[in-house]
Amino acid sequence: MKVIEVEHLHKRYRDHVAVADVSFAVDEGEIFGVLGPNGAGKTTTVECVAGLRVPDGGTVRVAGLDPQADRNGVREILGVQLQSSHLPEKIKVWEALDLYASFYAKPADWRELLDRVGLTDKRDTLFGKLSGGQRQRLSVALALVGNPRVAVLDELTTGLDPQARRNTWELVEQVRDSGVTIVLVTHFMEEAERLCDRVALIDAGRVAAIDTPAGLVAQVDSEQRLRFRPSGPIDDSVLLALPEVATVSRNGGQILVTGTGNLAQVVTMTLAHAQIIPHELRLEQASLDDAFVALTGRSLSEETA
Amino acid sequence: MKKILIVETKLHLREWPAMLFTIGLPLGLLLILGSMPGFSKADPALGGESVNDTHMPAMMTMLAMMTLAFSVLPGFLASYREQGILRRMSTTPVGPARVLGAQLVVSWVTGIITTTLIIVLGRLVLGTAVPKQFLGFVLMFLLGSAALLAMGLVLSALVPNGKTASGVGSLVMFPLMFVGGMWIPRESMPDVMRIIGDYSVAGPFAQTMRDTWAGNAPQLTHVLVVSVALLVFGGLAVRLFRWE
Repeated sequence: MKVIEVEHLHKRYRDHVAVADVSFAVDEGEIFGVLGPNGAGKTTTVECVAGLRVPDGGTVRVAGLDPQADRNGVREILGVQLQSSHLPEKIKVWEALDLYASFYAKPADWRELLDRVGLTDKRDTLFGKLSGGQRQRLSVALALVGNPRVAVLDELTTGLDPQARRNTWELVEQVRDSGVTIVLVTHFMEEAERLCDRVALIDAGRVAAIDTPAGLVAQVDSEQRLRFRPSGPIDDSVLLALPEVATVSRNGGQILVTGTGNLAQVVTMTLAHAQIIPHELRLEQASLDDAFVALTGRSLSEETA
Repeated sequence: MKKILIVETKLHLREWPAMLFTIGLPLGLLLILGSMPGFSKADPALGGESVNDTHMPAMMTMLAMMTLAFSVLPGFLASYREQGILRRMSTTPVGPARVLGAQLVVSWVTGIITTTLIIVLGRLVLGTAVPKQFLGFVLMFLLGSAALLAMGLVLSALVPNGKTASGVGSLVMFPLMFVGGMWIPRESMPDVMRIIGDYSVAGPFAQTMRDTWAGNAPQLTHVLVVSVALLVFGGLAVRLFRWE
């Protein structure tokens, strides 16, 4: 079942077009990624879904409801964690949850939520005293406090250190396992690759592709590169005889094999057969970033670097 | 609505230096200045009244209400907007208007408490009479303070962030307090200034407080100016206020 349907969404701000033409549908129970560089129109798209902005064209439906015509209906079932939206510095963690719970008809038990996001011992801490990771976890809890069917999480891990980012990812997976559909807006391809069931690649206000992360990578169909340092001499022809192998080149003691398919397995098996151990074995595969470059001619990671 | 009122009250109390200033300054000035010997003597410049009879307590009521309307309220609202707090509220079923309502209520109640303390302490310490036209006083206070808060809302709508809010707030507040008679009693003002004062909300607010305090009926022009201001600024605030 489709929980969110966006068709030909179009949104302009005065003289520039933020979203040119975006269509996608989110299935119940999945983590749907909206991935693209900064300024691609991701946030504007989810703001239209949340009913915070009025689209200039196209249709948006959340569980069949129009976010403009049926604001309250949508707000009861859609939890939103917005990029760069804070709480008052001096509000305590429990007060924020208790207050936001009171806004909904059928709220979740916020004490249980507090436990789920691992903030029980920060219950009485002021928002201003929380670390970045703790703030984001509280933010996720606030997005869930209304017992939503769908949670929109916008740039959830931006500005977090790697450990806090990993903890937040685990939290997102737990939330999905509890039955909430998640729309994850991000410009980190690593995050999309790790968490998302399906990803919409957005570039310059348009959808470049929608597929599973693996499906997007496969669309690129780029070759794999295998590097290693063999423990003994081996002839190029042995490797070139394998149908998966395209080229073999050497750089000092290091061999670089390129090819497709099960390249890593067939090469290591062949080496094992010849009783050669591949030291410093490294497989370089296409990533979502390569897919993005291939589909849009632009790199995601340039933005994040 | 109850929960958000409790939370906003707590948030105001946690900003206790600002609240102490808002409530403490008018009360402190009332007690310290009011204790000066000349202030309880009949003053020909005030038409035979003493400063403490109506001028001093009315000025302190105005000071408290203006601090709330032009400093506390815009400070909170502008920083709420700046930090995306109002934006976050607009993703929930209740919407951000409720925070705004709670802010207004907290400011208004703070003003009412401060004014009550001014009356009580004035009576106990300085021997100032309780407002003699009491009902009129209450009505004019509620009307006038609502008009001032509406002006504060318009200010909150126009300033971009919390820092500008306090600067612009003072810029509006001091001239208004001046024409309201804070530093020169309205009786001693040149005619031009008093007429300007009569149409500034501050003048009518201060004068209706003084008139009802002395037991007289407020002047019709003053009641009209304050009522029109409440409608105009209230309407402007609704039209101009931005949530993000």
